Amino acid sequence: MSPAPRDRFLEDAAAATADDPQRGFLRGALGGYYASRDVQKARYRDWEKARDAAALAKWTAVNRLDRNLARFEEAFVRNGGVVHWARDAAEARAIILGICREAGARSVIKSKCMTTEEIHLNDALEAEGFGVVESDLGEFIQQLRKEPPFHFVFPCMHLRRDAISELFGKHLGTPPTDSPEELTMIARRHLRDLYLRADIGISGANFLVAETGQVSITENEGNARLTCALPRVHIALAGIEKVIERLDDLAVLLPMLATAGAGQPMTCYNTLYAGPRRAGEADGPEAFHVVLLDNRRTALLADPEQRDALHCIRCGACLNVCPIFKNIGGFAYGTTYQGPIGSVITPHLRGLRNWNHLSGASSLCGACTEACPVRIDLHHHLLRNRRNAVRAHGGWADRLFHRAFGWVIARPRLFSLGGRLFRAALPVLRRLPLPYLRPWLRTRTLPEAAEPSFRQQAKEVLR
Amino acid sequence: MRVDLFIPCFVDQLAPRVGLATAKVLRGLGHEVAFREAQTCCGQPSFNSGHWDVAREAALRALDVFRGAEAVVGPSASCVAMMRKFYPEVLAGHPRAAEAADLAGRTFELGEFIVRRLGVTDVGARWEGKATYHDGCHGLRELGLRREARALLGAVRGLTLIEAEEQETCCGFGGLFSVKYPMISTAMAQVKSDALVRTGADIVVSSDPSCLLQIGGYLGRQGKAVRTLHLAEVLASR
Repeated sequence: MSPAPRDRFLEDAAAATADDPQRGFLRGALGGYYASRDVQKARYRDWEKARDAAALAKWTAVNRLDRNLARFEEAFVRNGGVVHWARDAAEARAIILGICREAGARSVIKSKCMTTEEIHLNDALEAEGFGVVESDLGEFIQQLRKEPPFHFVFPCMHLRRDAISELFGKHLGTPPTDSPEELTMIARRHLRDLYLRADIGISGANFLVAETGQVSITENEGNARLTCALPRVHIALAGIEKVIERLDDLAVLLPMLATAGAGQPMTCYNTLYAGPRRAGEADGPEAFHVVLLDNRRTALLADPEQRDALHCIRCGACLNVCPIFKNIGGFAYGTTYQGPIGSVITPHLRGLRNWNHLSGASSLCGACTEACPVRIDLHHHLLRNRRNAVRAHGGWADRLFHRAFGWVIARPRLFSLGGRLFRAALPVLRRLPLPYLRPWLRTRTLPEAAEPSFRQQAKEVLR
Repeated sequence: MRVDLFIPCFVDQLAPRVGLATAKVLRGLGHEVAFREAQTCCGQPSFNSGHWDVAREAALRALDVFRGAEAVVGPSASCVAMMRKFYPEVLAGHPRAAEAADLAGRTFELGEFIVRRLGVTDVGARWEGKATYHDGCHGLRELGLRREARALLGAVRGLTLIEAEEQETCCGFGGLFSVKYPMISTAMAQVKSDALVRTGADIVVSSDPSCLLQIGGYLGRQGKAVRTLHLAEVLASR
């Protein structure tokens, strides 16, 4: 049996935090992002008002989700597309496999889509004998490495150029190079042919426009355009929270996605797909399917406190500023969605019992909430997850500890006496393997306690 | 004005000098300072650990303890944030929720109180040397404080303020997080402390004693000579 998620987390986080060069590398990489993000943010007349607008667009969409999804389906079908509804990962996989089989497909090309990671689609496709190729450069690299994405926007941000060059040499037989352009060209030459041979293209969706029945996809490499244009059948897998009401909403959401997530004014390619190829059109698939995935998102929708987590546009800004992410990296989370948003939603999507430790593993600094372009109350949701976990299945020892603490702090004299005893015993306590005290002292000193306490002195001093 | 002190429990018990300095600064500005002995801990350790029932009891007690106070001033942005932001949250829907909102409006972090409420930046302090300031996350993001402490330090005679890299990066304390996830907490302390040391400052100043416990503890273990001082201690020096 594989270890429990919490045990694995502790082990992986310990290993990652001990790797100083890798942590320094991540800080350096994100330093470039902060600089360009700040330049782009400064070009907004009022970034905070733009956040309000983006949050409102998503709030409106999510709070009328039932209506908006139905509107999207109606419009997309009118455009000639097919809409499928998947309750969970297994249903989504079955739908997609069914489409692939029916099309008599052999090979699949994919553009970047975290939702397919969520449902473990590649494994399912490969198990059925379909060839699957990731066409996003970062995802392509991770596929060759047989690793999940390190960061849900920058899948291989943990890798240095020489590691990528070596990887390409090993798998594609190309000579070593230090040039990012050349590395991109290697992947491009390799992938070009695969686009032409693929029967099915699979993508995600950044937004689903209910008003027009369009699928909005944002990318920097042009690979999603090829994935959507060349194969004869296209499948877009999207969580139900991706729907927005109006085409106009993209006017604020697209630039904010680019700026918050990658420090760009706009992502290089922003494309709207309205169903399959029409008569007289030069390219596009013969059939265009959209698979709408619930996978417990409706459970999150039913939680009025944390519903705003469904506003997420997966820009990755919260990861980029998170000191936890920067020190433990993306793999330690063990989740599809890393960083603060992952710590918030994973307990809802996969169970609080096994995933609450991610809500605990936070200093609650709030950098994520400050960075979120759609104003999700991220770090406070971590507090709410902690509360929910205590209510649902808190341990008796933990409960006893806090009950006792509460009992003492309700009695000032007892509190004062306890403090005195603690100070007197501290020299001895320091040497004992006590929970909380020992882990502190391993890496940090604890100053000598000064006598007497403030309250003992206050009477004299404040007279 | 009569000011009621709100002294963090661990300052009371382990670092009383910060409380004394706070009282001294406020009295130096001509205000009457009092300490209500019934106060203990704001309940944040339990709140952060998910035990909101314990935090709620602490909040209800605090409403009684500070009843009628004109201004409650604490030398800790974190404990003040507990009172101002999180008491209303744990008492949402409670019959005394309005009282919590009222107390929130009367509670201030020390620097915030002096600069925003009293409109003073020069408290007549003198400190010879180079200092760098660490923003505690609760002050920065829950209370929206940034310029207050800097304005006060800027007016201290003899003091040169040097801004550090990683200025808005968390020190990694996070209450019980620091001992439940010590490896992550320590990694964060390292990033923060290294940046503070690089300024070449003699002292690290903060409005949050808990951050100073973390930063000072890490620097101490690393054998670094940089001292940590609470804002109140600098403002109280002559």
